[in-house]
Amino acid sequence: MNTLTTLAENKVCAPRRNWKRLQVLSLLFAAAVLTGPSPAAASDAGVKLDPAPINPTDVASLQSGARTFANYCLNCHSASLMRWNRLMELGLSESQIKDNLMFASDKVGELMTVSMIRKEAKQAFGAVPPDLSVTARARGADWLYSYLRAFYRDPARPSGWNNAVFENVGMPNPLWQLQGERVRVEQAPKGGADKKDGHGPAHPSYKYELVKPGSLSPVQYDETVRDLVNFLVYVAEPAAPSRKLIGTLVLLFLLALLPLVWLLKREFWKDVH
Amino acid sequence: MAATDKSPVTGTGSVALDGLLTWVDQRFPLISTWKAHLAEYYAPKNFNFWYYFGGLAMLVLGIQIVTGIFLTMNYKPDANLAFASVEYIMREVPGGWIIRYMHSTGASAFFVCVYLHMFRALLYGSHRAPRELIWIFGVLIYLLLMGEAFFGYLLPWGQMSYWGAQVIINLFSAIPLIGPDLSLWIRGDYVVSDATLNRFFALHVIALPLVLCGLVAAHLLALHEVGSNNPDGIEIKKHKDENGIPLDGIPFHPYYTVKDIFGVVVFLFVFAVIVFFAPEMGGYFLEYNNFVPADPLQTPAHIAPVWYFTPYYSILRAVPPLFNSQFPGVVAMGVSVMILFLLPWLDRGAVKSIRYRGTHFKVALTSFVVVFLILGYLGTEPITVWGQFGSWLGNSDRATVASRICTLIYFAFFVLMPWYTKVDKTKPEPDRVTF
Repeated sequence: MNTLTTLAENKVCAPRRNWKRLQVLSLLFAAAVLTGPSPAAASDAGVKLDPAPINPTDVASLQSGARTFANYCLNCHSASLMRWNRLMELGLSESQIKDNLMFASDKVGELMTVSMIRKEAKQAFGAVPPDLSVTARARGADWLYSYLRAFYRDPARPSGWNNAVFENVGMPNPLWQLQGERVRVEQAPKGGADKKDGHGPAHPSYKYELVKPGSLSPVQYDETVRDLVNFLVYVAEPAAPSRKLIGTLVLLFLLALLPLVWLLKREFWKDVH
Repeated sequence: MAATDKSPVTGTGSVALDGLLTWVDQRFPLISTWKAHLAEYYAPKNFNFWYYFGGLAMLVLGIQIVTGIFLTMNYKPDANLAFASVEYIMREVPGGWIIRYMHSTGASAFFVCVYLHMFRALLYGSHRAPRELIWIFGVLIYLLLMGEAFFGYLLPWGQMSYWGAQVIINLFSAIPLIGPDLSLWIRGDYVVSDATLNRFFALHVIALPLVLCGLVAAHLLALHEVGSNNPDGIEIKKHKDENGIPLDGIPFHPYYTVKDIFGVVVFLFVFAVIVFFAPEMGGYFLEYNNFVPADPLQTPAHIAPVWYFTPYYSILRAVPPLFNSQFPGVVAMGVSVMILFLLPWLDRGAVKSIRYRGTHFKVALTSFVVVFLILGYLGTEPITVWGQFGSWLGNSDRATVASRICTLIYFAFFVLMPWYTKVDKTKPEPDRVTF
């Protein structure tokens, strides 16, 4: 009620209070964004996600991610909204793209499609492998980073693989040669089996053991996935770097304009009494 | 020879321009329109912060129309092509991402401006006589805007587009007797499909914008007929000088045009921060699930409308079904918007402005704003968001109970208004505006 009264008593000639109000509004806006629905704070399986340590300005990481994507993902998954030659933004030349990344076609102006037949893919995996063009925007980088590191061996599944982040996923671990094979081991809950957390019986907790090492060490594997996720985030919105650059210029322009229009207003309003 | 006996236009500083304007003015009400709506439209001099949002809403309407035209040049209203064509705009069309983000941010900005503009009316009694028609045109604009936003949201053809439309159209099937046929007629198919997308596109890009612009014109004409209200809620036309000009009035142009330019720059700054640095606005302006192409065979686990609809969505969910029918909830949702039309007649206060109203109204308005925000928040979340009460309350969802209480307060604000505004202990209004 107090606030309402103060708001109501605001005068045109009190610009500083207007500013304060704008600050409050922008704080509310910021609060709304920070507390907003995140794409996936936890996975559907209820697993806490690891923050993806990606850096969209790290060109080497993006190039390495592009290589992993072309080698391991692009056989089943397309990125059919992305054009090959746009990868020149990552510092690659046309011939580098052609020679090192493109296996299915040789026209750099083409889209990143796959030749896998949808019907056969559905038969093989139980679901058609989704197009990955904007997946990073739907799932979020943290989800992808956690998901690609969460595969384990599960003989109960048709593919022999399961995933802690995406339970009973159709895709077998595409990077198993790099990561190796992990198994899931059930752990006794800490502090007794009947520990209540207020939400029914305690969830079983698991740990994962590497039983067969891959060609990369766990640290190297995490870096490879980081680069891949970095690349997927880039592919999801290739305009993002220019968006921020242009945005900075627009904001600087508006900041420079602001005092001028304020002085203009003050000049005109001098004769209003 | 002059076409009419109007006096020639002078004073532009250029003989040629004077001549041209004279030629036009003798064939078109150029000077009289300029004077009636800008140079000699006298607005109260005590407008405050809240008076920026009407003009800003018009600015956003302009942004939406211009960006919309450019989007239409590249968008494909086809269930097989729509999703990819939006990404084509984002990637291949030069500057396409700016146009698209301006349009998607503009949709939310429109509602922000309109909600603040309507709140201003409640604060200072701008809906009261003699401005009832301005208010009614305004509510019609708000309804049209909701339709426009709903139709537009289907067009990207993502999962939320698809299932949001499915849920809303299904509401109509809850209407007894005609419901199922009506929803079939709206969709043009048994499920949301290409036919639905095409008609929504037609409604979004031409039918509703056309009516919207007409209503905005009517809103402004009605406003300029009776004159603007002000934060004191008193009529400036009561005190005029010897020329018939209100003593507390100033010409809209140049005073409020230069003031609004300042407001526009501040607005554009906030707008640009979102467009360039947070176009998804944390999932509120562009929902994450809408980056998944529409899949009629896979229902998302959690379907939430965009934030500007969520208070009404909460009211819909709050009302329990009757005889297995969602109809009561649908009615409650419809009434919660339609009741706005009655506002000018529900308000019996002796004064218009909150500055001179008593405690009753201040408490009522504050409660209304609080429950509107709570309902808005709850509408974005699944009903399990606050957990459940114990068995003493039948293990009911806390959020459902909260939204039921908020729904009651929402309606009480309107239904009890004739009483609490009448018995309110008001303060005397000043004779002249406070400046």
